[in-house]
Amino acid sequence: MVDQSAVGREFTPVTARVEPGRLRFFLDTLGESNPLYRDTQAASGAGYAAPPVPPTYLFCLEMMDTTEPFEFLTTLNIDIARVLHGEQRFDYHAPVVLGDTLTFRPRVTGVSEKKGGAMTLVMVETSVINQNGVHVADVSRTVVIRNPRPS
Amino acid sequence: MTPNVGARIVHKEFPPITRHRLALYCGASGDHNPIHVDLDFAKKAGFPDVFTHGMLVMAYLGQALTDAVPPQRLRTFSTRFVAITQLGARLTCEGHVSELIEHNGEPCAKLALTTKDENGEIKLAGEAVIAL
Repeated sequence: MVDQSAVGREFTPVTARVEPGRLRFFLDTLGESNPLYRDTQAASGAGYAAPPVPPTYLFCLEMMDTTEPFEFLTTLNIDIARVLHGEQRFDYHAPVVLGDTLTFRPRVTGVSEKKGGAMTLVMVETSVINQNGVHVADVSRTVVIRNPRPS
Repeated sequence: MTPNVGARIVHKEFPPITRHRLALYCGASGDHNPIHVDLDFAKKAGFPDVFTHGMLVMAYLGQALTDAVPPQRLRTFSTRFVAITQLGARLTCEGHVSELIEHNGEPCAKLALTTKDENGEIKLAGEAVIAL
């Protein structure tokens, strides 16, 4: 079971590039038709250097380009069949646009028990820096682990 | 223009969630957790069927949000995943101004956001801070 000793644990940084084909696949999957995300002219009209990414896409970029999928789960010995997503938060500090190369640095910031140990909540915070060293965002997630009943 | 507290500014409805959509989202998002696409795996994990990625639902909420508010004004966006979103769910995303605040020295509005299914059950409860 994950306990307080996990707090402070850092995972392998992930470098991800915002690629046009992959972004279009994401937009198409969601039926996203806002021209801002697809059209360079519309984006530049709104003050962007290139089309921006939609609000939740940072979460995806980290998963797509990690060289160690589910490292968080394997390192902490968590069964993927027992996890649920509890909470998700994005803090946006600067634009992220097509062509950017981002570095994600995830770390465990909290572990707590719920419902008398039936669930463990793990908080992971990830800072995101772009190719120019600009801190563009912080991405935080709370993962819920459904613990097996003690036998 | 400063919006009024209580003003409903986000509203969007989405088509029913299909297995096909979950498969596409699995690939498009990089979230390859089999529980969302592999029925055998989901059953073995104790679920009656596969279910929607929370982040797909949050992506819909984000879409509804940036239909109403230009993304360059978005400062924070957060959600709690209140309940599992089943296959076939027809989701409606809504948001209203809950408070006018200062965020890092900038005048902002806080929005209270929800995503509900066709039965009115809340799936996501969220919040966004937007610059005015």
